[in-house]
Amino acid sequence: MKKLIILGAGTSGTMMANHLVSKLDKKDWNITIVDQYETHYYQPGFLFLPFDIYTTKQVKKKGKKFIPKGVNYVQEKIELILPAENKVTLESGKDLNYDILIVATGTKTAPDETEGMDGPEWYKSIFDFYTYEGAKALRDKLRKWEGGKLVIHITEMPIKCPVAPLEFAFLADSFFKHKGMRDKVDITFVTPLDGAFTKPKATAALHYLLEEKNIKEVTNFNIERVDYENNKIIDYADTEVEYDLLVTVPTNMGDALIERSGMGDDLNYIPTNKATLQSIDNENIFAIGDATNLPASKAGSVAHFEAEILTDNILRYINGEPLKEEFDGHANCFIETGNGKALLIDFNYTHEPVEGTFPFPGVGPLSLLKESRTNHMGKMAFRWIYWNMLIKGIHIPFVSATMTEKGKNYEEAK
Amino acid sequence: MKKVLANKEIDVNEEGYLLDFTQWNKEVGNSLAEECDIVLTPRHWEFIEYIHDKYNKEEPLSIRGIKKSGEFDVKEFYALFPGGPLKKATLIAGIPKPKSCI
Ligand SMILES: Cc1cc2nc3c(=O)[nH]c(=O)nc-3n(C[C@H](O)[C@H](O)[C@H](O)COP(=O)(O)OP(=O)(O)OC[C@H]3O[C@@H](n4cnc5c(N)ncnc54)[C@H](O)[C@@H]3O)c2cc1C
Repeated sequence: MKKLIILGAGTSGTMMANHLVSKLDKKDWNITIVDQYETHYYQPGFLFLPFDIYTTKQVKKKGKKFIPKGVNYVQEKIELILPAENKVTLESGKDLNYDILIVATGTKTAPDETEGMDGPEWYKSIFDFYTYEGAKALRDKLRKWEGGKLVIHITEMPIKCPVAPLEFAFLADSFFKHKGMRDKVDITFVTPLDGAFTKPKATAALHYLLEEKNIKEVTNFNIERVDYENNKIIDYADTEVEYDLLVTVPTNMGDALIERSGMGDDLNYIPTNKATLQSIDNENIFAIGDATNLPASKAGSVAHFEAEILTDNILRYINGEPLKEEFDGHANCFIETGNGKALLIDFNYTHEPVEGTFPFPGVGPLSLLKESRTNHMGKMAFRWIYWNMLIKGIHIPFVSATMTEKGKNYEEAK
Repeated sequence: MKKVLANKEIDVNEEGYLLDFTQWNKEVGNSLAEECDIVLTPRHWEFIEYIHDKYNKEEPLSIRGIKKSGEFDVKEFYALFPGGPLKKATLIAGIPKPKSCI
């Protein structure tokens, strides 16, 4: 009996378990998935939790429910991967041997990477919304906050779902308007990048949103430390930004497991072939989703496209066939713009976000790079699609893993 | 766009970054630095070498990487290339501006 092990039962790992269980012959293959937590979180929901748009119940479910029959589910922390021995060690000291390993351990926030961030003011005047705990603590804070300087801040790139901080700013604008206290809140968006939108095409099309919502922008800000005693963030060029409420996205890093196993880059991401998803260092180890170092967005939608291609490549690898070099970095994400509207963007490794319609060329119903209510409905429907289709590995009709250029006005990325 | 630097015709994009690294040499680097109002010292060149090394190994450049390198201090990097050190240093080094995914 051969063994395939999936590390991590988040979005990517759960999808892979569902794809592979029906594709691998049960007589020959034994599939195991390991995760430390009982709960599977719907992370995109963390954006809405602080504003009381979603409840805590809507963003978490028991992980086991989504693991198909025929796959062994182990709930334990993974201690070490030993590629040379084709072996994984769990926290209890138990060893699991594998013939094929899929690493899907994602990425997480590391506030301790920045001086002063997770000190005495953490979850008092400094918050993140990238974790369940952070989003919930921020919700409680926002329920009673009386206003002042709200600073939304990105520590360093890459981060998962790179547009989420901007969406947070847009939603905050709506939130305070509805509460009748927008005039008491000053919103500033602070980024290490050149602008709030990182792709030139998106910047040109979308900058009006910041002006319209009166959100100030501080760009090229590389944080050195948080001066929590004086309520300001300071960067390496000595620029200071004052806050009363700091909502930051801390450094995102792969799990410490990857570092312990000596398998990662500076940020604990696994060097991975960007077209085949095979790890660079070991031919029987594959990586998917946020755990990879691919120059693609770290997003559930990207992981979804990757899963289809990785499933194919695992089968090819088993059959001794050459791997398909097919993944093109395809991403599409909804950007919530507040007031019940959203945008949709679609891009890949080589193409800038495009204008046009999605998924049907020329028809839509979703429009790319334009605000609309239908797009907002799409974003809200994504939660249902996520729990009921996406992580179960059910093909989402009309949406293909590689990007189609039909019906879109696109431009080559430079 | 074409541009003449250090008596050499080179191709640059609209932001002034070289399109073809093979057209780069130290004189071109010096002229590019002059346009940024930077006079290159031996310490600047050490940074540029570090950047080329990263570029050749196809490793992404980042402030974190510089911090972790142990050889350089981020504050010093800011002092040497004031106002957007990664952007200026890559421009002078003749390689593309560091990209970050959306
Ligand atoms: C605020 C926010 C908004 C987002 N919005 C969107 C959106 O609108 N659209 C979109 O497509 N994506 C969005 N995302 C991104 C999306 O949630 C992630 O890209 C996706 O979940 C990645 O899946 P993954 O399986 O690679 O990682 P994860 O889902 O994070 O799973 C990793 C799993 O590995 C486990 N693990 C890690 N290390 C260990 C260990 N040592 N031992 C045992 N288990 C371990 C973890 O417990 C976890 O369950 C958002 C994310 C955030 C935070």
